[in-house]
Amino acid sequence: MSVTLVKVTKIFTDQDDKSKEFTAVDDVNIEIKEGEMVTFLGPSGCGKTTTLRIISGFEKQTKGDVYIDGSLVNDLPANKRNSSMVFQSYAIFPHLTVEENIGFGLELKGLKKSQIKSEVDVIMRTMGLSALGTRQPSQLSGGQQQRVALARAIVTKPRVLLFDEPLSNLDAKLRDQMRTEIRRIQQQFGITSIYVTHDQDEAMTVSDRIMVMDKGRIQQLGTPFEIYSRPTNHFVADFIGRANFFSCMVKSVSDVVTVEVNQKQYQFPAFNKDVKAGKRATVVIRPEGLHIQKNSEQAFFNGKITEAVYLGATVEYEISVKGRTEPIVAISYNPVKEGLYKVGDEVGVTFDPISAHVIL
Amino acid sequence: MKQRIISSWHSFIQLSKDPLLLGVILLLLLSLVLFIIYPLYKVVVVSFQVNGAFSFKNFTDVLTYSNGYYLKALFNSLWMGVATAVLGTLIAYVFAYSLTRANIPGRRFFNLIATIPIISPPFIGALAVIMLFGRNGFISSTLLGMKNASAYGAKGLLFAQVLTFFPVAYITLRGVLESISPTLEDAAMDLGGNRFTIFRKVTLPLSIPGIASSMLILFVESLADFGNPLVLAGAQFPILSVQAYLEITGMGNFAKGAALAFILLVPSVSAYMLQKYWVSKKQYVTVTGKPTQSSNDVVSPKARWILFGVCCLIAFFIILVYASIVFGAFAESWGNSSKLTLQNFVYVWRVGFESVLDTLAIAGLSTPVAGILGMIIAFLVVRKKFWGRKFMEFSSMLSFALPGTVVGIGYILAFNKHPLYLTGTLLILLLNFIFRYIPVGVQGGVAVLKQIDPSIEEAAVDLGADSNKTFQRVTLPLMVPAFFSSLIFSFVRSMTAISAAIFLVSARWKLMTVQIMSQVESGRIGAAAAFSLILVAIILVAMAVIKLILRLKYHTTSSILSQ
Repeated sequence: MSVTLVKVTKIFTDQDDKSKEFTAVDDVNIEIKEGEMVTFLGPSGCGKTTTLRIISGFEKQTKGDVYIDGSLVNDLPANKRNSSMVFQSYAIFPHLTVEENIGFGLELKGLKKSQIKSEVDVIMRTMGLSALGTRQPSQLSGGQQQRVALARAIVTKPRVLLFDEPLSNLDAKLRDQMRTEIRRIQQQFGITSIYVTHDQDEAMTVSDRIMVMDKGRIQQLGTPFEIYSRPTNHFVADFIGRANFFSCMVKSVSDVVTVEVNQKQYQFPAFNKDVKAGKRATVVIRPEGLHIQKNSEQAFFNGKITEAVYLGATVEYEISVKGRTEPIVAISYNPVKEGLYKVGDEVGVTFDPISAHVIL
Repeated sequence: MKQRIISSWHSFIQLSKDPLLLGVILLLLLSLVLFIIYPLYKVVVVSFQVNGAFSFKNFTDVLTYSNGYYLKALFNSLWMGVATAVLGTLIAYVFAYSLTRANIPGRRFFNLIATIPIISPPFIGALAVIMLFGRNGFISSTLLGMKNASAYGAKGLLFAQVLTFFPVAYITLRGVLESISPTLEDAAMDLGGNRFTIFRKVTLPLSIPGIASSMLILFVESLADFGNPLVLAGAQFPILSVQAYLEITGMGNFAKGAALAFILLVPSVSAYMLQKYWVSKKQYVTVTGKPTQSSNDVVSPKARWILFGVCCLIAFFIILVYASIVFGAFAESWGNSSKLTLQNFVYVWRVGFESVLDTLAIAGLSTPVAGILGMIIAFLVVRKKFWGRKFMEFSSMLSFALPGTVVGIGYILAFNKHPLYLTGTLLILLLNFIFRYIPVGVQGGVAVLKQIDPSIEEAAVDLGADSNKTFQRVTLPLMVPAFFSSLIFSFVRSMTAISAAIFLVSARWKLMTVQIMSQVESGRIGAAAAFSLILVAIILVAMAVIKLILRLKYHTTSSILSQ
């Protein structure tokens, strides 16, 4: 069951001052395939939750179209759309028991009592909630409430499952456990799912594809691998993981891009189509793509170590380089082999061309 | 401006798609205008008119009347309001601080003691003052052997008002002090402050908005109070609300009565507005994610015992008051013979049984209606957008600011002509009670709705419920506890109301409170005490019944959400 957004835009107007407008979602196009799990990832205020609420029907887009399973649902209210939401606050009905909460949607569909009971029982067993059926929501832990919310959403067999930052109220350990479980259940039932979060680890773990958003616009749409290793712009590279940015001049573009940095020429794979010869661009290298050795003429940059944090498996270095305001961040993944350096050491930084690429 | 008109037009169009909703809104707006705004408007119009023309003559008349007798009444009322506010708040603060911070023994007991005056008729204080300090008073005459002691005048009234209204301040201040996280005091202590410095620099400054709020509330309550001054003020110490009543029922001078009511209205409404729109917005909220635990060590052992002593003293006075009412009800003749008898109850049964039935009928009918209307208004105001929403919220809460005397005068001025001729009927009493106690339900309902996370209602919609089903299955059940507690409050207030109702009772429809007042006025103190006791007993039974329903049906005595 696919979900398609075509040129979806949402503009909010200020309640008191109608002339003040805020574009929360700006021209978003995406096609989510059947059974796929897509994450909307971005900082708060980037429009990810608004986009999700447009799909659920709680917000109406100012412009553009929403299709669920090929049919236009612009004018379909939330209660008529066959999508289920798992809310950030769980939104468990405080006056109903666990069973009644889970059975609420089935009851509204007019199912028979016995049928509701058996379907609720099945889902509770799948979710490990069997012992809690008659409990009041106030007697549940955070993780249990989360499970009830998820069970309530999937028991109605929705065509689309929507998650609005579902794990943000859980502690770190439970969060790791639940995100694996959410992924497992999503795959087990094969439900098309959209997952909103600002946590990149969460996005990496659960998603088939990630849609990175900022200021209402899609910044990049791709698999977790593509997003991390081939960010298309400065925002994505900076938001996902850590990255070093080096300003460069593009010399030529063919199958590879030739650029000049620090008076030396390098060749990188050409992923970004917008990079043109004769223009300035930026080289992006992740900290783990950099290596540290004795300083030398051949090194990419030479500098002095200003910080060295030994973590056992890895060592994180910050190297200050003359003429650069930002220090270079490098992670050594095999300190025993690569050698340890200490603060004050003069070192050279090198890299593998495969772990770098050029963006605008 | 144009855009505002367009958007209100749009919201109107939106509403017209839901005719039931539109009908309810229009009906409510109409009733609020008719039964809250219109009587008020009549008071203003009548007070500013002489022979149908605009004039200040009524005001110049009343202010110069009998060498400034009414001017003195105004001054007395204001003075009494300020004194009650200051003294009542001070006592309430000591009480609230001792109970929330000082860890004194017997906190449950003190809390109970402080809430008793809330459920009793407002003139019980006055009655007790007469029984304790009057000519035949237990303290003045029996203990001290004073002849011709007088309980009337400023001192007696102040005692009665402080006793009657300090619980209101106590509840306000307790809420404020409870919301101040004890960890702030712990932090201050950790930074090296001694206990008194902590109180002076942390606790007290954080409770200033609460103190200001409580003073303004007590000021409004004292100005509006009618029962206590009617019994105690006397001719030497005139009080505005009583004088307005006497002007109308004694002299039949509606214009002058309305002018006095208007003079009374100005400071009340000003203080109320100040409280609602300014002071209450200044409240500090100390937000913490987790429930905080305190070492509970901000009060030194010595100070704890001093506070405990003060609380005991206050509790002693309250107990003394109620003990004298109970004893007075059973005494053969208060101050003269302490022989116990049931003759007072027999007398009350004979002369007052009818008023008991009337009062029960009126309170029993008006309370649920006020509660339901309050919930509906709360729902509309919080969850719906429509033209007139602000007005609905404002006017439905306005009754809190209006002294009962003003409302009573407004009702007799507004509803004495066709087609709205209601004078002397049951309906005028019912309408008065309903619209006077609507704010209780609105306030409770709004508080609950603001606590319900909108996503709970969205979850129901998401699972396929339309707006009707969502309201029925989710919103309404969550509002039920608030509805019942608003029932308790408005029932208590209806049963003990007097200031507005005294203008509206008739030979056919009598109220217990008014009957009790006439017993006091004719000197039958014992009968008045017995009558008051019956009234309090009825209230206690009703409260117990409502709480029982709540516990049996909803397994809770408080809001489901507070768990």
